[in-house]
Amino acid sequence: MTQRTIYTNARLLDPASGLDQHGSLLVEGNRIAEMGPGLFPDGVPESIQAVDCAGACLAPGLVDLRAQIGEPGLEHKETIPSASRSAAAGGITALAALPNTDPVIDDVAGLEFVARRARETKLVKIFAYAAATRETAGREITEMGLLAEAGAVGFTDGTSALADPLVMRRALAYASTFGRTIFQRPEEPRLASGSMNAGEIATRLGLGGISAMAEIIMLERDLRLVEMTGGRYHASGISTAESVEVIRRAKAKGLKVTCDTAPPYFALTEVDVGDYRTFFKLSPPLRGEMDRRAIVAGLADGTIDAVTSDHQPEDVDSKRVPFAQAAFGAVGLETLLPLTLDLVQKGALPLLRALAAVTCIPADILGLRHLGRLTKGGPADLVIFDPDRPWRVDGEKLQSKSKNTCFDKRPVQGMVLRTVVDGRSVYARTE
Amino acid sequence: MMNSPAPAPVHPHDLDGRAAALPHRHLLGIEGLTAPEINLILDLADGYVEQNRGTRPKSDVLAGRTVVNLFFENSTRTRTSFELAAKRLGADAINMSVDGSSVKKGETLIDTAMTLNAMHLDVLVVRHQESGAPKLLASKVNCAVINAGDGQHEHPTQALLDALTIRRHKGALKGLTVAICGDILHSRVARSNIHLLNIMGAQVRVVAPPTLLPSAIDRMGVEVHHDMKKGLKDADIVMMLRLQLERMQGQFLPSQREYFHFFGLDYDKLALAKPDALIMHPGPMNRGVEIDSLVADDIHRSVILQQVELGVAVRMACLDLLTRPDSRPNL
Repeated sequence: MTQRTIYTNARLLDPASGLDQHGSLLVEGNRIAEMGPGLFPDGVPESIQAVDCAGACLAPGLVDLRAQIGEPGLEHKETIPSASRSAAAGGITALAALPNTDPVIDDVAGLEFVARRARETKLVKIFAYAAATRETAGREITEMGLLAEAGAVGFTDGTSALADPLVMRRALAYASTFGRTIFQRPEEPRLASGSMNAGEIATRLGLGGISAMAEIIMLERDLRLVEMTGGRYHASGISTAESVEVIRRAKAKGLKVTCDTAPPYFALTEVDVGDYRTFFKLSPPLRGEMDRRAIVAGLADGTIDAVTSDHQPEDVDSKRVPFAQAAFGAVGLETLLPLTLDLVQKGALPLLRALAAVTCIPADILGLRHLGRLTKGGPADLVIFDPDRPWRVDGEKLQSKSKNTCFDKRPVQGMVLRTVVDGRSVYARTE
Repeated sequence: MMNSPAPAPVHPHDLDGRAAALPHRHLLGIEGLTAPEINLILDLADGYVEQNRGTRPKSDVLAGRTVVNLFFENSTRTRTSFELAAKRLGADAINMSVDGSSVKKGETLIDTAMTLNAMHLDVLVVRHQESGAPKLLASKVNCAVINAGDGQHEHPTQALLDALTIRRHKGALKGLTVAICGDILHSRVARSNIHLLNIMGAQVRVVAPPTLLPSAIDRMGVEVHHDMKKGLKDADIVMMLRLQLERMQGQFLPSQREYFHFFGLDYDKLALAKPDALIMHPGPMNRGVEIDSLVADDIHRSVILQQVELGVAVRMACLDLLTRPDSRPNL
């Protein structure tokens, strides 16, 4: 007989439909069967397992657009099981993995490997991007048709930008044939040889700068190519005020573009780099305060569609070196929800808008329109969280194999209590 | 020294040779030092200048102490200067050169530091091609660390010896106009000098083509010039910087010839500075590139060799101060 579980006494939140109501949600097997205020007015039958949410929020599980999960080849930084545990602890029920692995995921075999490992791990749903160009070298486009058939949710060279304009033009045109989007971390590499944001702090520290212009120029160029090809384009990791403005104009023009940012870009600035703190060496680099504010404003008005974890696990040896030699990136799966909720606490975003940026919107961007929402008959991918509960991030306690968080010791509000994937509880907080 | 707690005030006038100390455990940069602290170092160095010029330059202030010069980047002058400074104070000085390019850099840095730390050193003098490397080392060792030049960040003892040179000629730094000319972008010497001169109340100008200036340099308290004639006008001090020849191949500058024409220091350009302006250069010089040979060797104007001499005394003062017990509150 199908397992039935009811989550009672919850604040049901579904950003896709605008639902924000006290009630219960019934799961049958791996599906949502029923939800609302008046389920079982005469009491829940004993055959149904009941979970009392004690007034906590119940929302669709988070959908993360951008994570690195270490396999294949980088298992010393992260594995699919460790990334999955980390995601589950962060309330993420589905994630899309970047192809920056060793080897690069640029063929069907690579995609199948990730799919098999994800099935074996069976915690959260793992989708994979395929590289837009072979070996993410930026020269020849991959077999996008075959890769799309094999399940690639989109194409991207991940941490490196597709810099050659001719290759980008062809990738955009070709991918759109298969209904796929090109995901680009826009950064002109010739203007980005440094290790932190260009400006006074970089100059004082004697570090090479990465100019905001590196992002803006590439973004503007890409948008021209989108206009030219009619392709689908998503800009990942928007970090500058001017980038927000560029995207705003492109959307006003009606271009098929979306974009995301990640918590460091609305929660931190270049000042946090301090005295060569390598955990704050990110790509794109942390920017100035005016940029940070513009990112918040972009999220509030919807110019920036989504927030991702931009999870980049790095081992100690990659970070415990002089700043210029250190690897870029920070882990982010477990801090995505509390830092996004921080914007709600500060009054910058309404709760449903903040949740939309990490649930239904990223799901739609990936073309996974059944995910990231609470719908009858839809998959029971859920997160139960207490939006007010304070806690302190502790790098050492993260589930990820790598501990390179840039939010270590930061007090946050909003705690994941339980994560459910296809009706199965994959994470439950133990006090 | 960014973000270090507010240093306790130092009273240079209390100085009776032994009593004063720096409220810092390491010397990683000029940024973060105060004017009294800088004066303390310079006052002590002044005394060592006299000692070095005397018939018995050696003392036993650091007898039984161990100073290691750990150089990840080639350097003859600075390393020799530190070695001599340590030996003149009676310390055991050991030189270690590590070729940064032949090994996996990061591992070597930490591993070498931990290895040296296990040998109970008193002072580690570090030069490294990466900005921030001495700071990283300082967090891993128990001894005092002196930054002998890190990447494009700082070279504090060079700025201190420049300050001592200026002070001995001009009496004080306050109110002087100092023009720092040349490759500011890649220069740690320029950054340390900008900090120091600002702390001491001098007016600082930087003079360079825009391709050799780092972004937002104007935010560091300097006046920016792209024209030597304007930049040198009425300057008290002309500090030339070394131009790395490999940066001349069209990446930053079109040619050596063009650079010398517009930015090389010759008598024509020098004529705009004050008649008693001093000419300084951290060495080694590229004669005919950033400085005309005749100007460099002009015994009435150039203090380049004196900078070298005073460098030993300044480093003696730094070694002395950092090994005084109360200068290391963290131990």
